[in-house]
Amino acid sequence: MKQISPDQLKDLIQGLQYRGYITIGPTLQNGAIVYSEILDINDLPIGITDSQKPGHYRTTQTNSNAIFNYVVGTQSIKRFLYPPIQKIFSAKFTEKKIEIQELDKPSQRYAFIGIRACELEALKIHDTIFSKSEFKNSRYTTLRHNSLFIAVNCSKAEKNCFCTSMNTGPEVKYDYDLLLTEINKNERHYFLLEVGSEKGEDIINEFDFSDADESEINEKYKVIEKTKSQIEKFLETDGVKESLLQSFESPVWDDIAKKCLACGNCTMVCPTCFCMTVEDYTDLERNSAERIQKWDSCYTLEFTYIHGGSVRVSVGSRYRQWLTHKFATWQEQFGTFGCVGCGRCITWCPVGIDVTEETTKIKKLSQLQTTSLEEL
Amino acid sequence: MIESLEKVLVQHPFVEGLKPEHISLIVGCAKNVVFEPGKYLFKEGEDANSFYIIRSGKVALEVYSPEKGSIIIQTLDEGDIIGWSWMVPPYQWKFDARAVELTRVIELDGNCLRSKCEDDQSLGYEIMKRLANVFDNRISAMRMQLLDLFGKS
Amino acid sequence: MQAMIPSSYRIQKFIKETQDTFTIELKSIESKNGFTFEPGQFNMIYIYGIGEIPISISGDPNKSGILTHTTRAVGIVTKEMAKLKKGDIVGIRGPFGRPWPVREAVGNDIVIVAGGIGLAPLRPVIYHVLENREYYGRIILLYGARTPQDILFRKELEKFRSRLDIDIIVTVDRAIKGWTGNVGVVTTLIPRAPFDPINTIAMICGPEIMMRYTIIELIKRGLGKDKIYVTMERNMKCGIGFCGHCQYGTEFICKDGPVFSYKEIEHLFGKREL
Repeated sequence: MKQISPDQLKDLIQGLQYRGYITIGPTLQNGAIVYSEILDINDLPIGITDSQKPGHYRTTQTNSNAIFNYVVGTQSIKRFLYPPIQKIFSAKFTEKKIEIQELDKPSQRYAFIGIRACELEALKIHDTIFSKSEFKNSRYTTLRHNSLFIAVNCSKAEKNCFCTSMNTGPEVKYDYDLLLTEINKNERHYFLLEVGSEKGEDIINEFDFSDADESEINEKYKVIEKTKSQIEKFLETDGVKESLLQSFESPVWDDIAKKCLACGNCTMVCPTCFCMTVEDYTDLERNSAERIQKWDSCYTLEFTYIHGGSVRVSVGSRYRQWLTHKFATWQEQFGTFGCVGCGRCITWCPVGIDVTEETTKIKKLSQLQTTSLEEL
Repeated sequence: MIESLEKVLVQHPFVEGLKPEHISLIVGCAKNVVFEPGKYLFKEGEDANSFYIIRSGKVALEVYSPEKGSIIIQTLDEGDIIGWSWMVPPYQWKFDARAVELTRVIELDGNCLRSKCEDDQSLGYEIMKRLANVFDNRISAMRMQLLDLFGKS
Repeated sequence: MQAMIPSSYRIQKFIKETQDTFTIELKSIESKNGFTFEPGQFNMIYIYGIGEIPISISGDPNKSGILTHTTRAVGIVTKEMAKLKKGDIVGIRGPFGRPWPVREAVGNDIVIVAGGIGLAPLRPVIYHVLENREYYGRIILLYGARTPQDILFRKELEKFRSRLDIDIIVTVDRAIKGWTGNVGVVTTLIPRAPFDPINTIAMICGPEIMMRYTIIELIKRGLGKDKIYVTMERNMKCGIGFCGHCQYGTEFICKDGPVFSYKEIEHLFGKREL
């Protein structure tokens, strides 16, 4: 384990840029933490902290010089590896054939700075879906393969965090190239730096970073323990799959439907949601056409449209699909939960619907074998 | 003659499983009838004096309209039964039944059957249960027909 | 993503089947290798600049030179397709999906129950079993159409019937003058269809309601739930398990289906808004 100063972190970022990486890190935009290209350490949200509750998100400027003193921003790095709008091909119509022009293989190499344990776990889930299934999303696979992941151990938790329940954090344990732990103690601000891959090793070999001593190393575990102790939200995952699968007719769905606006925010901010739709366009004279894919949400009525009508008409059925997918059917499909406990869906729900509360309610009802919400 | 009718009758799904004493009761009301293609078993408005058990062939239940002629509502064949109007007042047929193919039936006299069912109500209940099963299947099928499943949604 | 890129096919023949259904026969422009598929699989068909939809393959799996699709003009894309003519070009991605269990069915009686346009995805099964006739027991097709004019592949059905080694029973929901065949829903044909229930594989395709009642009748006849196969339909945008639209409980209809045994999906089948 190494220890580096903020200036050395600045050098590290520059070093990545010299190596041709597009450096992506947290930035403050319109009052929220957003992953975006950074050119310099000063682009990072120095002194910014956040507060998150159901349906609530605020950032504030503090006097601290801490860089990573927030939990998770509006969106994960999903939008870089699996963009919200992505052209699939463009096409020209000729007498001979439909000439398809495929997109070039993506050449950009991203270095993601500041990504959290839960976000790495989400990345692993996307790897399973996009790179390990029968068909592959080659664009995602290439981009992801060429990327560098510099993770950060969370130094605080917020009200919506429940990574400990999902067993995804807060400690970053694997799948990183480099790992930072920010220490801000006794007027001293520094980062512990660990190497998790050959790629990461290769990069720090260029620098003359000094080793961390035992007391510094201990600080890492103090940070993790402190963060863990701040996590209040809890979701009992044992049996959640079974209870959801048994609760197809649960009164909870109608109850949620009274609040849920079916806006789809939860699916847009979710780091694992992967549904998309495909749209075809032509110019007015039909000389050229293109097909794009766009993130889609299972909360829309169009999502299940087959000729004659949509299958999931009620809002309750759409919420049920989403929640059941995340915590039950996802396991059958991909071997894990579709949730990493980042809490974004709770934070960005305009009416503050909380997945941990709803799953708990469903579980209790199925255990009590009652259909009365009042009995809870 | 009676004996062979009994043999034929017990093989029919409608009668299958009926107690021997009940079978011999209804055999007394039965006779073998053959309808050539195009011949009517009965017509709408006529007195409903018979209950038909189809042994083979095909019968169309129809209703006549002046503009469209006879419209087939349903076809029935081997294993089916036709007609329960003999059981419900005013004992009149509400539809036409026409043999589409050469059709062999066992015709049970409605009056005879009705009085035997009245006299031996355990037979009556057996017949009713079997008819209820037929009603159930016909109504389900009719409801599906009404849905026009293969039409434009 | 190669599976997301359509390749060009030219229409060799456009056949108007009934008032609102049609068949297109296609030949690859880009490849000479022909098109191989298994009965029950589907393609994503791209109409240039308009859109793309999944349509099952309705042709003979033994004839790889020609790719055949039969569909009904109901949506934006299929209505556009209905205007196509010989020489026109469409884009094709596929074949996708799990096929009908024609291999598993070897040695069994085969009961095919089709309703309306549902005969199209089952026609490759008929071709297959008739071409491999000695491997199967009795072959029975029960087909329900709306009216006599809506009977799909009518000439071909008559030709099949003349082989004498397949029982084809057709019924219509609404008769017209001159129709001497059966009238009534297709499920009414099941109780007396000549198959051996302990040694039969059933394959059903039609509207979900029709499939539900067909299953009830087949089970009444003594068929096991694992011997009854259905093909499911849901919204599909990609065909390869990425778009998420066709999820049906744990299943992706595009890649885990569209053909499922009833046993596999009994817990999902008929559930509302799933």
